[in-house]
Amino acid sequence: MIGIETVVFFLFAALSVFAAVRVITARNPVHAALFLVLAFFSMAGIWLLLEAEFLAITLVLVYVGAVMVLFLFVVMMLDIDLVQLREGFWRWFPFGVVLAVAMVGEMVWVLGGRQTAETGANIAKHAADYSNTKELGRLIYTDYAYPFELAAVLLLIAIVAAIALTLRHRRTAKKQDPSKQVLVKSADRLRIVSVTSSKKVSATDGAKTDQVKS
Amino acid sequence: MIEAQILQLFQWFWNLFGLWDWVWGTFGFVWPVVWTLVKIVIIVAPIMLGVAYLTYVERKVLGYMQDRLGPNRVGYYGLLQPIADGLKLLMKEIIIPTGSNKFLFMLAPVLCIAPALAAWAVVPFAQGLVLANVNAGMLYILTMTSLGIYGIIIAGWSSNSKYAFLGAIRSAAQIVSYELAMGFALVTVLLAAQSMNLVDIVQGQQKGFGLLGWYFIPLFPMFVVYFIAGVAETNRAPFDLAEDESVIVAGFHTEYSGMGFALFFLGEYANMILIAALTSIFFLGGWLSPLPQAWVPTAPGVGLLLGNGIHWMLAKMSFVLFLFLWLRATFPRYRYDQLMRLGWKVLIPLTLVWVVVVAAWMQTPFWMW
Repeated sequence: MIGIETVVFFLFAALSVFAAVRVITARNPVHAALFLVLAFFSMAGIWLLLEAEFLAITLVLVYVGAVMVLFLFVVMMLDIDLVQLREGFWRWFPFGVVLAVAMVGEMVWVLGGRQTAETGANIAKHAADYSNTKELGRLIYTDYAYPFELAAVLLLIAIVAAIALTLRHRRTAKKQDPSKQVLVKSADRLRIVSVTSSKKVSATDGAKTDQVKS
Repeated sequence: MIEAQILQLFQWFWNLFGLWDWVWGTFGFVWPVVWTLVKIVIIVAPIMLGVAYLTYVERKVLGYMQDRLGPNRVGYYGLLQPIADGLKLLMKEIIIPTGSNKFLFMLAPVLCIAPALAAWAVVPFAQGLVLANVNAGMLYILTMTSLGIYGIIIAGWSSNSKYAFLGAIRSAAQIVSYELAMGFALVTVLLAAQSMNLVDIVQGQQKGFGLLGWYFIPLFPMFVVYFIAGVAETNRAPFDLAEDESVIVAGFHTEYSGMGFALFFLGEYANMILIAALTSIFFLGGWLSPLPQAWVPTAPGVGLLLGNGIHWMLAKMSFVLFLFLWLRATFPRYRYDQLMRLGWKVLIPLTLVWVVVVAAWMQTPFWMW
C-alpha cells in the first residue's frame, strides 16, 4: 500500500521535472517563464510535504509573487528573434557539453554518495502546534545571527550596486517637485493687472485688451 | 463537532437498511475530501453572493452620492439587477482575438479569480469558524494576494493589444510596489500580535477593554497604509490606472467579453471583500465586540447581539467596503507618477519607521496591547 504522501510526492516531482524540461525547450520565452513558475509551485508542494511550510510559502511569495513577475515584465517587452538566438548553437555546443557533464557528475557525487545515505531514515513528525516559522526565526537570530547578517549586508550591497549601475542623471530630464506644487499660493501664479479703461481704443486694440483681461 | 453530527445522521440513515458498516468501509476514505469540499462551498457561495450584491451596493451608493437613484428597474429597488447583469454576461458571445495566444487568453481570467478565492481558506469568520487554521496564515495571505497579478499580466500579454498590454504593465508595477508597503504594515501587526496565525491575531486584540484593545489604535498609521495599499492592490479608484478608461480604453481586459470579462470583475470584487475582511481581522478586531467583555449583558438575545460573533466581523467588513466606495465617489484618479511617488516615497518609508517605533515601544512599559 502506497501512502497518499508518496503519491503526492511523485505527482509534484513529475510535475516539476516536466516543467523544468519545458523551461528550456519551450520556444516562446513567455511560455518558458510561465513553466518556471509552475516548477516553483511544484517544488513548493514538495517542501510542504517535508513540513517546511515557511520555506514553501516564502518560495512562492518571493520567487513567484515578485521575481517572476519582473522576469515576465522584461521578457514580454523583448522582441526576441528565435533564428538569431539559434545562430551560435553549434559554436557553443562543446562548451555546453562540458558544463552538462560537470553538472551530472556533481549531482551523482552529491546524491549517490555516502554523505546522503542516511536521509532514508524516518524523521520524527512534529506535533500539530509546532511552528516552523517560529523555530526558523529563533535559529536565524541566535545560532546563525552572523551568517544571517552577512547575507543581509550582501543583499544590501547588491541593491545599492544595482541602483548605482543603472542610475543616470539626465540634464534634459524634466521633473516635478510635489512639495513645491503643494505649497504654491495663488499670488505665485496669478497677477491681477489693472487696465486703465479711460484710454480711447480702436476696434482692433479693443480685442487685444480683452484677451489680456481674460 | 458539526462534522460528527452529520456523520451520525448518515449513520442513522444507512442503519435503517443495515448498510452503514459496508458503506463506511467502502467509501469512508473519501469522506475528508467530501467534507472539505462542503466547507469550501459554504465559504465560496456567500462570497459569490456578496460579490454580486457588492456591485449593486456600489452602484446605489455612488448613485446617492452623486444625487441619482442608481439601478431601480429590475425588482424592488433594483434588487435583482446583479442577477440580470450576470445573465446578460453569460449570454454574451465570447470573442477571442485572432492574433491572441488562445490558451493563455482563456487561462488569464481563471488565474485572476483563483487566488482571490484561495486566500479565503485561512480567513477566520468567528471563533472556530475557519477552513484551515494555519500557523503561517499571514504569509499565506500575502502570497495569495501577490499571485493575482499573474491573471492581469497574462491577460494583457496574450490579448496582443497595445491598450491591454499597457494596462497590464501599469498594473504589474503598481501591485509590486504597493505589496512592499502592505507587507511592512503587516510586519507591525505581526510584532504586536507575536503570531502569524489569524485566529491568534484576533484573540490578541481581546484585552478586556473592548474597542480600545484593537490594533488600529497603536498601529493607526499602518491601518491607513494597509487600507491605501489594499485599494491600490485591488486596482480600485483612485488607483485604477490599470483600467484607465480615458487613456487606455479598458486596460488589461480591453479584449475580453462575456464570461471572460465577468471573471475579472468577480476577481476584483472578491479581492475587495478579502481586503475588507483582512483589514477587519488585522486592525479592527475581527469578530470581537467593541464593548468590553464585562459590559455585555447575559440576557440571551441582547447578549448574543452585543457579544463577540460573526455579525461584528460582517459589520466591520461592510464598513471597510463602504470606505472603498466612498473613496471612489470622492477622489479623482491619480496620475501614474503620483501613484509611484506615494507608494515608494511616502508609504514605504512611513512603514519602515513605524516598524522601528512599534518594536521600541513594545520594550517599554507604555505598551498596553
